[in-house]
Amino acid sequence: MTVQSVSLVIAGSGGAGVVTAGSLLLDAAANAGWYALMSRSSGPQIRGGEAAAMLRFATEPIMSHDDSFHLLMAIDWENISRFSAEIPLVEASLIVGDPAHGDAPAALLSGKPRQAALPMSEIAGRIENGRPNMVALGAIAALIGLPPEAMQAVVEKNLRRKGQAAIDASMTAFHAGVAAAADLPAIAKLPAVAAASGPRWSITGNEATGLGVIRGGVRFVAAYPITPATEVLEWLAPSLAKVGGVLVQAEDELASINQIIGASYGGVPAMTATSGPGLSLMIESLGLAVAAEVPVVVVDVMRVGPSTGIATKSEQSDLNIAVYGLHGDAPHIVVAPNSVADCLFTTQWAVHLAEAMQTPTLVLSDQAMGQARAIIPRPAELAFIGQRITATAAVEGERYQRYAVTASGVSPMAIPGTAGLTHTADGLEHNEFGTPSSQASDHHTQMDKRSRKLTQFNYGDHWADIEDAEVGAGDTAIITWGSSTGPAREALRRFSDAGGKARLISVRLIAPVQPEKMAAALKGITRAVVVEQSHSGQFHRMLRAFYDLPRETCSLHQAGPLAFGPGRILEQLNTWRA
Amino acid sequence: MEAVTRKYKAKDYKSELKPIWCPGCGDYTVLNALTRALAELGLAPEQVAVVSGIGCSSRIPAYTSVYGFHGVHGRALPVATGLKLARPDLTVLVTGGDGDGFSIGGNHFLHACRRNVDLTYIVMDNQVYGMTKGQASPTTAPDWEGSKLTPEGTGINPFQPLVVGLASGANFVARVSSSDPVNMAQIIVEAIRHPGFSLVQVLSPCVTFRPEQAEWRDIVRTAVVDYTDDAARAARRLMTDDGFNVGKVLYKGERPPFRPEFEKTNGSIAELEARFLL
Repeated sequence: MTVQSVSLVIAGSGGAGVVTAGSLLLDAAANAGWYALMSRSSGPQIRGGEAAAMLRFATEPIMSHDDSFHLLMAIDWENISRFSAEIPLVEASLIVGDPAHGDAPAALLSGKPRQAALPMSEIAGRIENGRPNMVALGAIAALIGLPPEAMQAVVEKNLRRKGQAAIDASMTAFHAGVAAAADLPAIAKLPAVAAASGPRWSITGNEATGLGVIRGGVRFVAAYPITPATEVLEWLAPSLAKVGGVLVQAEDELASINQIIGASYGGVPAMTATSGPGLSLMIESLGLAVAAEVPVVVVDVMRVGPSTGIATKSEQSDLNIAVYGLHGDAPHIVVAPNSVADCLFTTQWAVHLAEAMQTPTLVLSDQAMGQARAIIPRPAELAFIGQRITATAAVEGERYQRYAVTASGVSPMAIPGTAGLTHTADGLEHNEFGTPSSQASDHHTQMDKRSRKLTQFNYGDHWADIEDAEVGAGDTAIITWGSSTGPAREALRRFSDAGGKARLISVRLIAPVQPEKMAAALKGITRAVVVEQSHSGQFHRMLRAFYDLPRETCSLHQAGPLAFGPGRILEQLNTWRA
Repeated sequence: MEAVTRKYKAKDYKSELKPIWCPGCGDYTVLNALTRALAELGLAPEQVAVVSGIGCSSRIPAYTSVYGFHGVHGRALPVATGLKLARPDLTVLVTGGDGDGFSIGGNHFLHACRRNVDLTYIVMDNQVYGMTKGQASPTTAPDWEGSKLTPEGTGINPFQPLVVGLASGANFVARVSSSDPVNMAQIIVEAIRHPGFSLVQVLSPCVTFRPEQAEWRDIVRTAVVDYTDDAARAARRLMTDDGFNVGKVLYKGERPPFRPEFEKTNGSIAELEARFLL
């Protein structure tokens, strides 16, 4: 069974309200009992400029975007060609444009999509305060089978403050769009759903990240704004205040990382969120957190690099800096969520790992997940609450050893305010008391200890999501990480629907590496495809360095902001099947 | 009263570690004055934290018996900011040098003054990078030719930390000399007691790389005017003096410190989650 879904794009220039229209549509789909995923793409303009809302609807949870879109609804054509690579259209696709804005640009027509006209501005002009984007929504609703009453509820909720006249104007325009759709060619329609299967959430990856942080026990956040991580921080500011936490805006990323190190040294679990340029600035101090053994969580919502790159678009290319960027031998943890929903799980887990091992933990999210909104089944409650092993009382006749050499490598940490256990936490190499030391023996002992903390920890099954298309997964595997997991999951499902057998390994624990667990996961696998969104195949190289991969392993990698669709991954699996 | 019932002595705040400083370094007396000030305040050692970055003077935390944090170069102020905001019950001091505070950490200095968190920042200013063996610092005179890195001098005017501190919003500004540890201890006591961000510049000679600074003890003079609450007046005084008027508080402001509340506002995680539920 193939996923029954409808994919569409609403595009237009600044002021056309495409992101608003997309959000209304997503909420209406939720009311209709559907699941939905909405990503957004925008140009570099601060306000206005071209924008596109990419949506997919289904009657069951959605893993990724499809390979192409059924519908492109263009409120106007301004700069829309800039998105053409991100909006694959095929012969079955339908472009609907407003004749008042002329013809569709040639860049959109290479896949030979069908075309139709919808005079949105003219229809809207006939309605007092009517807006073309509501006409477009009416037409979309009619085309994809969304019941008008689902939209009615959303419009009433969103425009309540603007009054009944505004609600009426919007719904009049919406119904005019519904009526006008009668003249448009048909596209895929989703069936009506009687009732949703269980409770659902509407959440973005960045919101889920913020919630995971709070669930994990973080109560101090330092923030410096950066696209596309800012929403994590903006969600946290009021939310932390509700649960007794604090967010402070710092003067730069150097300050935000060091503020959270200070707060965590003070005993309050702490985090910050940033993107590649900010992570680059934080690297030196992440090493300090390794050496001084201060738990902190840093979320990197990755965007296209290097340098300023493309701030508004996604890429999985900070893997190298996250894993190898720190100078010296600096054992730390790198984890990566693999879906919008998993941003919650993985971030909460990250807090748990950081606190348990008293070491910095990096979370590699990305723009594609962070700024995507999804309707998801309500996530489960998780038991992961950050718990730090502390020293609470002095032992008679013994001087406190902040960096005591223990079997687990974790040394009980005295929190300032605890009598009899004063010490200096230090980025200088030190002995077990924290006293600076340049002796080889101290360096070796402390290096071993810091490394042992991470290698001996029990990460359970969470190091990766391992999903079999069918029990006894055949001899083929897809190995991937982060947001590339969505399309890989869907490819696996399509492969299995067609009778194929394969296994998906989505690595959540990027560092420290887990060679034994990977060997077990790859048992019986003779062919693998590694899928990622980076120009140089960073993940593939890392796998090559640390894991025994099947003899026949190929790498599917490309730079952002383009992601591999499920179809391209399936193509590789089918090559082997033939 | 304190003198009679004093619970702690200065040595109670010193660790057993022997400083790595050169003989004659001004920082020894700063350590003495700091521990003397803590004793006068009668603070329990576990209720005090000293935070530093990198440099000779940044070694101080390990020489004390209070909680210490020795971080990376230039970032002591943000560490201390996070610590104090997370733990308002602690007395948090920051120690460091002119390079750490005004060059690599310059931006944090501006914003720490501006943010006005209740911290006391003691800067041991010797107009040189000592730990890296004698390079010009942001407070070095433009014509100092003692460094191989800038053999003809830097040619650029020195940074004016106290003027910049005032302009940026520091709530307490003082200049002292390491040659008078008793006076320094008194000023540090005042600085700690004063709410908000307190900046204490200590003229602390580096006798190794700036041997001419040994003369500072003879050049410094006790400032003749007392403190003002007028930042502009304090700045004008500073910009017209020769940098050697010491021993007095120059400015005390009344800006309330930045102190976000951690108090629980009747919310719960379940409420946060409910907002996502359809």
